[in-house]
Amino acid sequence: MSALLELQSVDKRFGGLHVTRGVSFALHAGDRLALIGPNGAGKTTLVNQISGVLACDSGKISLLGEDVTRLSQAQRVRAGMARTFQITTLAPHFAVQRQIELALFEREGLTGRMWRSVDAYPTLQAEAQGILTRFGLRVHAGTATEDLAYGEQRLIEMALALALRPKVVLLDEPMAGVPKGDGHRLLAALDSLPRDLAVLIIEHDMDLVFRFANRIVVLAEGAVLADGSPDAVRRDPRVRAAYLGN
Amino acid sequence: MNTMTSLPAPGARSEDASAPRFAPAWRAPLVVLLLGLVACAAMPDQLGLMTRIFITALFVLSLDLVVGVAGLATLGHAALFGMGAYAAGIFALHVHPDPLVGLAVGIAAGAGLAAFSGAFLLRYQGFTLLMLTIAVSQILLSLAQKARGWTGGDDGLSGFVMGPVLGRFDFDLEGRVAAVYALAVLAVLLYAARRIVDSPFGLAVRGIHENRARMAALGTPVLARLWMLYTVAGALAGAAGALSAQTNAVVGMDSLSFALSAEVLVMLILGGAGRLTGALVGATVFTVLHHTAASINPYHWLFVVGALLMLVVLVSPAKAWAWLRRRAGGAR
Repeated sequence: MSALLELQSVDKRFGGLHVTRGVSFALHAGDRLALIGPNGAGKTTLVNQISGVLACDSGKISLLGEDVTRLSQAQRVRAGMARTFQITTLAPHFAVQRQIELALFEREGLTGRMWRSVDAYPTLQAEAQGILTRFGLRVHAGTATEDLAYGEQRLIEMALALALRPKVVLLDEPMAGVPKGDGHRLLAALDSLPRDLAVLIIEHDMDLVFRFANRIVVLAEGAVLADGSPDAVRRDPRVRAAYLGN
Repeated sequence: MNTMTSLPAPGARSEDASAPRFAPAWRAPLVVLLLGLVACAAMPDQLGLMTRIFITALFVLSLDLVVGVAGLATLGHAALFGMGAYAAGIFALHVHPDPLVGLAVGIAAGAGLAAFSGAFLLRYQGFTLLMLTIAVSQILLSLAQKARGWTGGDDGLSGFVMGPVLGRFDFDLEGRVAAVYALAVLAVLLYAARRIVDSPFGLAVRGIHENRARMAALGTPVLARLWMLYTVAGALAGAAGALSAQTNAVVGMDSLSFALSAEVLVMLILGGAGRLTGALVGATVFTVLHHTAASINPYHWLFVVGALLMLVVLVSPAKAWAWLRRRAGGAR
């Protein structure tokens, strides 16, 4: 089976700081790959390189077999990649449903249309409401996003990424900052991700990582330290030394 | 800039959880048209002032698209207004006196300048963008001063006589035709602006204002969308400039001035940015205030405007409105 996302020797330097060093791995349909590593290992930088926020200094990134290394973020989204942010990145004053509609209109290539009202696209509105229902947010359709609880805003992050119907999704710490008690809805959302979707997740909660992932890549000082099944990674003495510490 | 432009939530109603919906696009223009006609009928000796209000409102509406809707900082909006004014004036003088064709020329000139300068300006944000918008308008101003043969330089562009509107209605001395003409153009373009803001395109532009990184992550070509929006705003500012040229039968250097750019920004803040109708309220309040205060004391009228501006910035209109509603016992 060919890879949906493939990284070949991806590099990034910020001045004298070598942040990602020759990172290579591939992601296939249905993969649940957790990218872990100590703080400052280069995880978010790598996600920013994959999604196109940062350009690569060298190396190659392929999406669905196509070289996207030089493509813009928007072009990569259209090619089938979506992401969420570690720090909630939403339109705070938008009604929740409008927020989802942003993603749907963009996916359908309609945001160049200047005349017909957003309200005159009933199919997309119904789809937005369907997505909200799936995430248990339907009652908040008309609520301003900033008025939602933090955990619910994290859910919207994920809902937006999925609304784009991606083939590959990058989740940057979806649970970050969510109180323990509020996490179950996010966990349920993670569990109900489409089966054939390729998922790359950055997460610090090791219980979640070992529960969710079927493969783990350990990043240390910008380079891949280990890449394998959760069990293999758990047993790897180098990983224990560099990251788990015990 | 974001701190002074509190975006209204498109369709967000905090208490109401049902699906958000936009108000029909024809409502605000219809109200404006009716109010305008009533005001003109009630104060037939103030038609000159009315015309000025309608034209200024259109200009501030254009600025609201840029500042309030797209969240871009600009202090050079007069460039687009002046461009439309000179284009319409020169067209009337040298080519054809028909006002509607001249209006189209002004619109095209404003849109053209916005498209041209926007392709470069919109790559920048915040203070850099603010400075560059000033630079563009100053360059245009000095070009207009140099090109005396076309613009009349500091003496202004005059000597053109407008033909009748729609081939029937001659501009009269009382200014009746001018007022109704300006009001009609304002209502039509307000309707267009309303439709554009409530369209998928407008939604995306508001999204960019709220969070650029989010929109980029959704696949929005951010620069292209802002460029389209700026071009539309240029068209509206060009229309306002053309109306000003046609109804005054003169175009002065002040139509390109920094003072005008700053003044319309003050009007927008007075009325509240981002909801289009605020632009109309701000333009009306400022112009009426200017008119009355200046006739009482021509040297110190700015004091009143300054005080009002401080009041609006310190007490946000949204909060004042909520307070009034609570006092009236009409909490919805």
